[in-house]
Amino acid sequence: MSLLEIKNAKLKVDNKDILKGLSLSVNSGEVHAIMGPNGSGKSTLSYMLAGRDGYELESGKVFLDGQSLSDMEADERARSGLFLAFQYPVELPGVGGMSFLREAVNSRRKFLGEEELDHLAFVKEARKVASKMFVKDEMLKRAVNVGFSGGEKKRFEILQMAMLKPKVSILDETDSGLDVDALKIVSDGVNEQRTNDNAIVVITHYQRLLDYIVPDFVHILSDGIIIKSGGPELALEVEKNGYAGLINAA
Amino acid sequence: MVATQETIDKVKEVSSTYKYGFVTDLEADKAPLGLSEDIVKFISHKKKEPKWLLEWRLKAYKKWLSMEAPDWAMVDFPKINFQDIYYYSAPKTKPKLNSLDEVDPELLRTYEKLGIPIKEQKVLAGVAVDYVFDSVSVATTFRKKLAKEGIIFCPISEAVQSHPDLVKKYIGSVIPISDNYYAALNSAVFTDGSFVYIPKGVKCPMELSTYFRINEQNSGQFERTLIIAEDNTYVSYLEGCTAPQRDENQLHAAVVELVAMNNAEIKYSTVQNWYPGDKDGKGGIYNFVTKRGNCLGQKSKISWTQVETGSAITWKYPSCVLKGDDSVGEFYSVAVANNAQQADTGTKMIHIGKNTKSTIISKGISAGKAQNTYRGQVQIQKNARGSRNFTQCDSLLIGDKCGAHTVPYINQFTPYARVEHEATTSKISEDQLFYCLQRGLDTEQATSLIVNGFCKEVMKELPMEFAVEAQKLIGISLEGSVG
Ligand SMILES: Nc1ncnc2c1ncn2[C@@H]1O[C@H](COP(=O)(O)OP(=O)(O)OP(=O)(O)O)[C@@H](O)[C@H]1O
Ligand SMILES: [Mg+2]
Repeated sequence: MSLLEIKNAKLKVDNKDILKGLSLSVNSGEVHAIMGPNGSGKSTLSYMLAGRDGYELESGKVFLDGQSLSDMEADERARSGLFLAFQYPVELPGVGGMSFLREAVNSRRKFLGEEELDHLAFVKEARKVASKMFVKDEMLKRAVNVGFSGGEKKRFEILQMAMLKPKVSILDETDSGLDVDALKIVSDGVNEQRTNDNAIVVITHYQRLLDYIVPDFVHILSDGIIIKSGGPELALEVEKNGYAGLINAA
Repeated sequence: MVATQETIDKVKEVSSTYKYGFVTDLEADKAPLGLSEDIVKFISHKKKEPKWLLEWRLKAYKKWLSMEAPDWAMVDFPKINFQDIYYYSAPKTKPKLNSLDEVDPELLRTYEKLGIPIKEQKVLAGVAVDYVFDSVSVATTFRKKLAKEGIIFCPISEAVQSHPDLVKKYIGSVIPISDNYYAALNSAVFTDGSFVYIPKGVKCPMELSTYFRINEQNSGQFERTLIIAEDNTYVSYLEGCTAPQRDENQLHAAVVELVAMNNAEIKYSTVQNWYPGDKDGKGGIYNFVTKRGNCLGQKSKISWTQVETGSAITWKYPSCVLKGDDSVGEFYSVAVANNAQQADTGTKMIHIGKNTKSTIISKGISAGKAQNTYRGQVQIQKNARGSRNFTQCDSLLIGDKCGAHTVPYINQFTPYARVEHEATTSKISEDQLFYCLQRGLDTEQATSLIVNGFCKEVMKELPMEFAVEAQKLIGISLEGSVG
């Protein structure tokens, strides 16, 4: 069953062609990795999927769990179960982590027709998840991402993912900025969320992450299209030889 | 100033009655249009005031005649015709509706968003309910409890009758009638307001809220409040209401005076949501308020916290005069201006005593075409050695047609004091909004969250139950300003 279906997506940003006919199909229970040179369009793809203003498709189609995303705003997509872990998480001064998370979780629950969590139930849940991610309670009290180290920001992204239980998660370079221990913690956190009912797309530059989060498929994105797809071995090939050979062959 | 014929006639009628000393009630429930000495007499008489108060009002009126409306504020509005205003009308009962179905759905939508309970919605919208009786009885219990402590909390018109000495001693002692144009006007024609007296050594056991003041409806456009805290006391006073308030009177010129003796603390919180007018500001309230507290005693403390979201024009500078040594003044303010609203607000901290301290935290939020100005004065007088002030003014802009201005005045007359001023201006970024949307929050929730984050330092100064409502209110005031 396809949870995420991208068909021939084309998109311009500021009048420049960035996605040039990209197709990708992700089934439930799968983990896909997308690799590709800087500026190839990976983050653009994630923004397009998440429905960011200015990243509307010029042509092509996208479906989330069978539902077309074209008429859905970013917040509706999120509530429907699309999650994006940002390459550069944004600071929200003065906005407490707990209250932010709670609003997010309750928006999602409301959408799913579940009862909203009261303060106590929520705090309990958040603490449970946080301790698994080795995120200190103290961090949840701080303003979202403000003064967080690079690694803390990434951890907080995955913590949000765990709280929101999305159908499809896109992790944009979640491994960058993580030290060795944090990489393991974050990967464990992601792996723990792998089920047969959801799907995860990890965008990364490094094979290292894929030792921890083992993908079912690896895709190489170059200049706005997927030029090659394969299994985990494709990532090893990139690690060894770089993109040049792959791009030339395409 | 030219009086209308109606005024002239009415005044003739009234002044002839005056000669006979007004033993019984006047028939009229409304003073004639316009302002004159006789109108001032009319009001005073209606309220059966003692002679000294009438004289005080008349003095104020004469002073007012000699003054000019101030034009230094960064607000722009057509000249007010003071002869085109009614200065007195007897408390009116709102037309009673039979059910909420008859209420303007727009208003109900707002109530709902504010989370106001149905019962209260009915009261606010003027639907006939027995709840009104509840509230009267609650208020009565309330007053009994306060009376046991020796606290006086009543309409100022009542205090004029029951505690004339206290009123006479303190009214105008903080804000003299000649202080400014609107204060002089208020002194001449004020209709009602609150009076609070906390006797020595008493910590007021509950928040005093205008909500519980009997007769608080229709205290009118010229409200006057006086709070006196004797030695070693504490009182927290809440003014206003988050529900949108409409009023047929466009001009509101209130005066609030606070007096804190040795070791007394007064916390005065305001949430004001006067009708701001339509998108172009038409029909909105002009709110020209004078608020000042005298820290007379040593180690006394006065803190002003305000959340201002309403009014077409706000002109308001709650201030502290720090006379007592070691006294403390605080000002925490959030001023939201959207659409065509204009807000010129800030504070004055006058340091007179030694080792006095003041803190100013001002958060201005502008959206639409609104203009938001912080105007603050910190004055450290010659003998105020060891005094300190810290000022932080932050502005948040939503959209690119609005403006924020910061006008700090610092006068320091002794080198032995420290004054610090910080100011920032920021915008809600597209990145921040998208981040929130991506977590499933809608644009309004996101804006409200970011804006409330921006205001956090002020919001935490509000009493808890007020803070929650105020947060929602800020969100609602900015509705439609983003996205
Ligand atoms: N707002 C914008 N205006 C102009 N060009 C843009 C804009 N956003 C992205 N681009 C361009 O689109 C291309 C793809 O950018 P994108 O961020 O998607 O790359 P990426 O694959 O995520 O790269 P990286 O590996 O460095 O994160 C780049 O050339 C970038 O400069
Ligand atoms: Mg990128």
